[in-house]
Amino acid sequence: MDLHIKTMAEYAAEGKSPEVLFWVGCAGSFDDRAKKITKAFAKILNKVGVEFAVLGQEESCTGDPAKRAGNEFIFQMMALTNIEVLNAYEVKKIVTACPHCFNTLKNEYPSLGGNYEVMHHTQLLQQLMEQGRLKIEGGAFKGKKITFHDPCYLGRANDEYEAPRVLLEKLDAELVEMKRCKTNGLCCGAGGAQMFKEPEKGNKDINIERTEEALALNPKVVATGCPFCNTMMTDGVKHFNKNEEVEVKDIVELIAEAEDL
Amino acid sequence: MQYLDNILFLVLLIAGFGLFFKSLKEIYRNIKLGREINRSDNPSERWKTMATVALGQSKMKKRPVAAFLHMIVYVGFVIINIELIEIIVDGIFGTHRFLASIFGDTLYGIFTATLEVLAALVVIAVVAFFIRRNGLKIPRLSSIDLKGWPKNDANWILVIELCLMMAFFKMNAADWLLQQSGALAAHGSFPVSSNLIAPIFQSFGFSDGFLHFIERGAWWFHFVGILFFMNYLYYSKHLHIIFAFPNTWYANLEKKGKFNNLESVTQEIKLMMDPNADPYAAQPEGAEPPAKFGAEDIFDLNQVQLLNAYSCTECGRCTAVCPANITGRKLSPRKIMMSTRDRVEEVGKNINKNGKFVDDGKKLLNDYITKEELWACTSCNACVEACPVLIDPLSIIVEMRRFLVMEQSAAPQELNMMMTNIENNAAPWQYNQADRLNWANEN
Repeated sequence: MDLHIKTMAEYAAEGKSPEVLFWVGCAGSFDDRAKKITKAFAKILNKVGVEFAVLGQEESCTGDPAKRAGNEFIFQMMALTNIEVLNAYEVKKIVTACPHCFNTLKNEYPSLGGNYEVMHHTQLLQQLMEQGRLKIEGGAFKGKKITFHDPCYLGRANDEYEAPRVLLEKLDAELVEMKRCKTNGLCCGAGGAQMFKEPEKGNKDINIERTEEALALNPKVVATGCPFCNTMMTDGVKHFNKNEEVEVKDIVELIAEAEDL
Repeated sequence: MQYLDNILFLVLLIAGFGLFFKSLKEIYRNIKLGREINRSDNPSERWKTMATVALGQSKMKKRPVAAFLHMIVYVGFVIINIELIEIIVDGIFGTHRFLASIFGDTLYGIFTATLEVLAALVVIAVVAFFIRRNGLKIPRLSSIDLKGWPKNDANWILVIELCLMMAFFKMNAADWLLQQSGALAAHGSFPVSSNLIAPIFQSFGFSDGFLHFIERGAWWFHFVGILFFMNYLYYSKHLHIIFAFPNTWYANLEKKGKFNNLESVTQEIKLMMDPNADPYAAQPEGAEPPAKFGAEDIFDLNQVQLLNAYSCTECGRCTAVCPANITGRKLSPRKIMMSTRDRVEEVGKNINKNGKFVDDGKKLLNDYITKEELWACTSCNACVEACPVLIDPLSIIVEMRRFLVMEQSAAPQELNMMMTNIENNAAPWQYNQADRLNWANEN
């Protein structure tokens, strides 16, 4: 199925502006696994009838990995470039499927001149549900055991623990919590630019430690809300040869699946 | 000659407090070595944070056993210190149980009985803590971080507290026996010492004279012990009993994910992006040389970060939840804080000796905290969330990474690749920016 995704440039050419800008992010644009999350979310937005646009070729990395690695120069180069583009289009509201982009846009852009209402995709979907625009009919996941892995950059970094869980409960799934969840959630190991380097010497990889904890609950699905967590948990599940029995899926993929999109 | 006691008491009191304030002044001077940071916004929120987190210990309850025992010692400590007022008045004016004359006998009886019960609870808690720390193998309490002085320090604190409580009971038991025999006027009620300690004294059949000696001896021991303990704080993790308060007041109120943006960098980038900027323009007269990027030593950290280091109680809750540490890496947020304090104290001694800081060829980076530790952090904020007094080890790690990357170009090779990619094609991987929307047309 061919998705028609409109860009900000197209909207501007029509003299219109969309309801919300979908910030896809680098993982969501280039990583094969994360692209599926991007598409699932775009399909849901289309179905609900949310007018959204993407920046497409005008989008640059938010600078998060560079900033966490300590390179303030590259971070601010990216930030100021992005802010110029966003402000030129007079963007007010941004939604993204990546907690790292979300955190950077929401918390670190304002003092550089970028002030927007920024939402994580789970927050927007929760809002749409409250407005009655999104109706999730469970069924597909009825009684299936799902455990949710909190992304550090959504949870501890921005105090959002409820939105993902509200959505999962709507799926009629049996939500089981890991011992280390919410404020005590254990990182997947990818944050702080770790995604892009080999880990330091240790006795175990962090994603293995986390996957063990998730698998101990015997879930059908490990739900994520972050493309990096998704990669790390997928690798972890493969490591234990459980990829036949256990799926690692982003929340929007589960919703898209439940809605047959 | 009859005032010899009172004079000696006053001299000790002034010396004890004098020395204590001198140490505090020195710590204040050391904290001031850091960079200035504005953390006095939103005072009402700050007072509230201090009241709930420091006074109310709201963050302790994540570990209920430790929280419960700690609460006993904390409440005991605060209330037993009301007795310090009585000690000081009695010591200076030669009165005996001065508060009895203020409170009246009934209230004084309740007061002394309460102190006794609390002191007994403190003894139980301190013994439990000692067993927990030395007997049970609790990872965060038996970790390599605490090798040497930190471990002994923790035990000394418990031993001193136990000795102080024991002196308190002995004093009360002797006093109570003397009150029974009519040698002293009857004041107060002593449920613990009269039932547990006094019988031991009676079995020895101590004379009134010797009981007097015990009472006075224990009283002096208790008083000198308090002064000693107060001055011990300077060398100890126990400093948190004071510093937890300012530390929570000055805590970061922003979202944990928000890192600060360096203004010095913003200027540079704006010049770079400004098509009208003259790249060959000379610096204006009297322009400040640009500040160092990031931190290689304690002088580059901000004052709140140094206050954090002094406030650390080395409890290890941060390290216990650190994903890097859990999986066997060298990084330990607790050690980051301990190393920072060690370095600040070293610099402080250097200043005491030379009148100003003389380069000692050492730095916080490499001499105290290694690159291996710094690069293992996932910036997940678990340590920040865990700290019962709102210390932020992550901010120190990031500041030191900034120095490594922007001053020394010493990032791990793979990170250099990632950063080059971002610079060249606006993504951390080698993809072309023009392909950013390809996902929409793929299946």
